[in-house]
Amino acid sequence: MNAVRWALGYVGAIAILLLAWGAVAAAVGSPALPGPAVALEAFVTLWPELWPEILVSLARVLAAMALGTVFAVPAGLALGRSARADAVFAPLIFVLYPIPKVVFLPVLLVLLGLGNTPKIVLIGMIVFFQILVTARDAAKSVPQASVLSVRSLGASRWQVARHVVFPAALPEIFTALRIGTGTAIAVLFLAESIAGSNGIGWYIVDAWGRIDYPAMFAGILAMALLGVVLYELLDLLETRVTRWRVAGQ
Amino acid sequence: MVSLAFHDVSHTYEGSGRVVRALDALELEVAAGEPVSVIGPSGCGKSTLLLLAAGLLVAAAGRVEVGGALVAGVRRETALILQDYGLLPWKTVAENAGLGLQVRGVARDERGARVAQALERVGIADFAHAYPGELSGGMRQRLALSRAVALDADLLLMDEPLSALDALTREDLQDVLLGLWQRRGHTAVLVTHSIEEAVYLGRRIVVLSPRPGRVAAVVDNAAMGSDGYRSSSAFYERCAQLRELLAGEGAVHPGTALETPVTVQS
Repeated sequence: MNAVRWALGYVGAIAILLLAWGAVAAAVGSPALPGPAVALEAFVTLWPELWPEILVSLARVLAAMALGTVFAVPAGLALGRSARADAVFAPLIFVLYPIPKVVFLPVLLVLLGLGNTPKIVLIGMIVFFQILVTARDAAKSVPQASVLSVRSLGASRWQVARHVVFPAALPEIFTALRIGTGTAIAVLFLAESIAGSNGIGWYIVDAWGRIDYPAMFAGILAMALLGVVLYELLDLLETRVTRWRVAGQ
Repeated sequence: MVSLAFHDVSHTYEGSGRVVRALDALELEVAAGEPVSVIGPSGCGKSTLLLLAAGLLVAAAGRVEVGGALVAGVRRETALILQDYGLLPWKTVAENAGLGLQVRGVARDERGARVAQALERVGIADFAHAYPGELSGGMRQRLALSRAVALDADLLLMDEPLSALDALTREDLQDVLLGLWQRRGHTAVLVTHSIEEAVYLGRRIVVLSPRPGRVAAVVDNAAMGSDGYRSSSAFYERCAQLRELLAGEGAVHPGTALETPVTVQS
């Protein structure tokens, strides 16, 4: 029943989106903004050359998000639970956090070449800071009663982290990850369009350069698909690992 | 069973520019297997007393002893039950009940058996796979108790464990607590704001003075645990006596249940 409602919601949203797109395209009347019918047709016919690019981009985002998360979660939780570490590192983080990491793209391209590494590092950095700050705040707000009750059972610091702090912070970490998805894909597009010769970002800009607008829109659709797939993957994972949240409602 | 003793124990909290004296030269001895209730005005250091006994706080001065040995950290056979149950919402009922055993490295098979028995004993065996969020307040408190039962604790420290429950559920749980004590014979310290609860569950009732807490009075209550005690005239007389004592301490009015929560740095 829930799956049906979910699917209906998606279909309805896509239908509204397509209608609005068609209306705007008809009003503008420019070849640079083809209607949904033209774009979808191009998407289907170009699928054989699109999907390898989608995979390349997906792999980059997944690697970057995994890398950023793996480093940020333990660091953030440790900062949130250790007043001493927080006193040392928090000022540093607050200076670094608002700096738009995307400005380092040229530096990374010079230092790390034009391949996967600079793109993964850049996106990983952005995800790292978002998760770090969230995990730190989440760890700080863990109820003291939960910590005390587990410590009274003889739990070590590590056991408190594993049984209390980490699971308590998980929902907020997932929220940060989902918000981070949008940023990650935007930066991915930028990085791929500036340097390299594969990925959906490259594909869009390449089609643009060839003035092949239907192909460009097929690429845009692929990018949108990438975003939706990532978002849904995270949602699925979150529902899996935080099952207890649904149980109480 | 194990005894518990406070000798000349004082404790202060420092924070945000002021110093709060929670306990002052506290003297208290609890015999092995004795259930004691602790009652007193708001902020008289009752919670501090339990945290010291549990080894989660170190006394600024004086000695806290369990079984004749100085408390130096958390002890394996001591169970602490807090006001808001201390349950972890992301663990199932069985996982919560077995957490103490898991933390202590008890093997999975043995853990399963002891948890099943503990849940049975507190009457929530049918909910082993539910999450705490799916339980009523009374059932959650039963779950908190099951943790102590699974640990086979010989010293049970309880900080207003039933204060969030409605009157009927509360009496129900008081009977569960009494039953557990009658069966296991553990040493128990129950901190409570309820005069009736203190009388129903304490063989001795310790009245603390306003902050900083000292022992203001000790009321013997030998009839505790006898059949039909709750509806006996002895019970009502004891309650009246305690109410008078507390009024004398000047801070408790029957029916108020307010206390500034004690914050502890981890």
